[in-house]
Amino acid sequence: MDLTPFINGLYGIPVFGVLLQVIGYLVAVIPPNAPNIMQQATPLALAALCGVLCERSGVVNIGIEGTMLAAAFTAWVVGVAIQPMFGTPNPSDIFGITIPLIISLAAGVGVAMAISALHAWLSISLRADQIISGTIINIAAVGLTGYLNQLISQNSPAGAGEFARFVPPTALTNLPGIGWILAMLLNQGPISISVIVLVIGTQLWLFRSRWGLRTRAVGEHPRAAETVGIDVIRVRYRNVILGGAFAGLAGAFLSIEATNSFQDDMTAGRGFIALAAMIMGRWTPIGSFGAALLFATFLQLGQVINISPPSGELGTIMASVPPQLFDALPYILTIVILAGVVGRSIPPAADGQPYEREAAT
Amino acid sequence: MTKRSSLAPNRPGPSKVARAWEILAVPVVVTLLSLLVGAVVILGSELIVTGRKFDPFLWFTAYAALVQGAFGGTDAIVSTLVYTTPLVFGGLAVAFGFKAGLFNIGAQGQFLVGALGAVIVGVALADAPAPIAIVAATMAGIIAGGLWGFIPGFLKAVSGAHEVVSTIMLNYVAVQLLAALVSGPLKVPKSPSPVTYDVGNAAYPIVIGGTGHIGIILAIVAAGFVWWLLFRTTWGFEIRSVGANPDAARYAGMRPKLLTIATMTFSGGLAGLAGTSVLLGVTHSMTSAFGTTVGFDSIAVALLARSNPIGVVAAALLFGSMRAGAGLMQINAGIPVELVDVLQATILLFLVASPVLRRVLRLRGVQAGIAETAATNALGTEPTD
Repeated sequence: MDLTPFINGLYGIPVFGVLLQVIGYLVAVIPPNAPNIMQQATPLALAALCGVLCERSGVVNIGIEGTMLAAAFTAWVVGVAIQPMFGTPNPSDIFGITIPLIISLAAGVGVAMAISALHAWLSISLRADQIISGTIINIAAVGLTGYLNQLISQNSPAGAGEFARFVPPTALTNLPGIGWILAMLLNQGPISISVIVLVIGTQLWLFRSRWGLRTRAVGEHPRAAETVGIDVIRVRYRNVILGGAFAGLAGAFLSIEATNSFQDDMTAGRGFIALAAMIMGRWTPIGSFGAALLFATFLQLGQVINISPPSGELGTIMASVPPQLFDALPYILTIVILAGVVGRSIPPAADGQPYEREAAT
Repeated sequence: MTKRSSLAPNRPGPSKVARAWEILAVPVVVTLLSLLVGAVVILGSELIVTGRKFDPFLWFTAYAALVQGAFGGTDAIVSTLVYTTPLVFGGLAVAFGFKAGLFNIGAQGQFLVGALGAVIVGVALADAPAPIAIVAATMAGIIAGGLWGFIPGFLKAVSGAHEVVSTIMLNYVAVQLLAALVSGPLKVPKSPSPVTYDVGNAAYPIVIGGTGHIGIILAIVAAGFVWWLLFRTTWGFEIRSVGANPDAARYAGMRPKLLTIATMTFSGGLAGLAGTSVLLGVTHSMTSAFGTTVGFDSIAVALLARSNPIGVVAAALLFGSMRAGAGLMQINAGIPVELVDVLQATILLFLVASPVLRRVLRLRGVQAGIAETAATNALGTEPTD
């Protein structure tokens, strides 16, 4: 049965028709682009998880951007350094894993955790302003990675390669209705595939475990938490450093999974979009993941519209909209939500406040 | 708030030298320490990265070139002043916010939007008489930056949206807005790359050397004006009171919300002026890649200056000279200009860790950073009473 005349009829309705055209365009465009959307969403979601872990325990971390950048650089540069020791790589069938890649990944995550430990020390132990501490991390990361990259790239070295994507069987991806969702989640490299597991795991951990309960208690009312015997300082340290591991994964994704290279400032503000995703997701892992997917869709749409623009009235409207609007949408949405215009988002009560133990300890 | 007030009244006041040392010790020692770290980074990178012959005095060559590039000869000094100018405006913008307990991390966005305002009016008045064009374009830059600062101030006052988050978001909106306008309505038709027309008569006249535009003088005037505003007017007193203790200020009949909006707007205007000075004084037209690190450097400037307007000029001169000299450092010593960012970050790091430093230097009472202002409270949103 051919529905084209019927659909064209619907599209012809004034105003409402344009809305239908938007939906029709999205339905046509999103499924084939779904794996790419997931690629865009992966670093955002992982970095947002870092934000959730930090802020749920009461530590604001705007240094996620710098942490990611440092991890991306480290993962790449360690690959460059150890590559010669292992000779010709012999990638395994699953994800193209090689020993240098594993070491690179571990190095990237390790550096991110070390940087987060510095942030924890400055903001928890020294009780320095957490925004300043995060700003330092961002400036230092841009400076150091740019500085070293300048020196290293003179020899134009080769990295340790990149993780390969898993190719799910076509029987799965061709399933009607949900096939494209399976393709989106499964046609990915190892870091990207693990995102969904990490998101659900963190959600359960935060809301269904003792440690999660303690984390939330420390973020909402540290004094009360301390009186029932929770070590506020230790919980905060642990969460910030664990969050660093997520930021490290996000960074390593950029330099050894999505690409096999490092460019100056390659995070390009993703750490801040992640903060936006965290706020929009109301400081929950699953919410943040959803927001990251939404933002990733905007970013991807900005590219898709150039390649295959919509036809008809919608095409005329879209032609007059500057493409930069899609890149700006996540930030604008975040401001709108923060201001409480649509569905207010409220942070943990003790977020950003240094904690001082009572005198007699 | 500061411990200085808790000095016992019957203790003899410290001598002038001792007082000057108390104020200057931390910035000076911090700067020297970070230069030391920079030297270690240079030596370390030489060891690890490059295959060149090891030169144990490369750090000296690098720093000598840095100083020569910043102060060796008239051209170098003028170039330093040109680099310093936007940092003074930006540093004042951030410092002004700090005084009111507001962390304006959005100087970058206000810088861009200010420059955008200046280029729109500047291009429109490119053939008008110079004084009119200059004043109008400058005012446009201030107003545009002020508007970009007004938004987070207004949102904070009305709904409690934290200024740190909203200004970060606005930074990126500004980047996209600039790109959209420069590659759209402002673009020179038929130009292969996105670039605007020249501002023509609205360009700042050169007053010192070959590149020293009038913005340099404007920056010094602005520093004096902000100092006067903060320390000699009622409004300045109220701003500092709100920054020190918002609750006490409210009980004293001040209106913190109104002051928040006014402070953010004024701060945004100053940051907008920073962008204006770069656009009208240096680039004269705008490409879609317009933008520097001025916004983030300004935070470092304000912190190093401990939010004092006069200190801002000194700190801006320090960072401005580093930026100006970095080019020669790269040529003479092969050290990438990014070393300046490393130095800046280390300076900030030592500043933040200065409680440890003060213990070592046996200083008391001198607070660093924004300790004088109310600490950044809950991010995101705050209860609005």
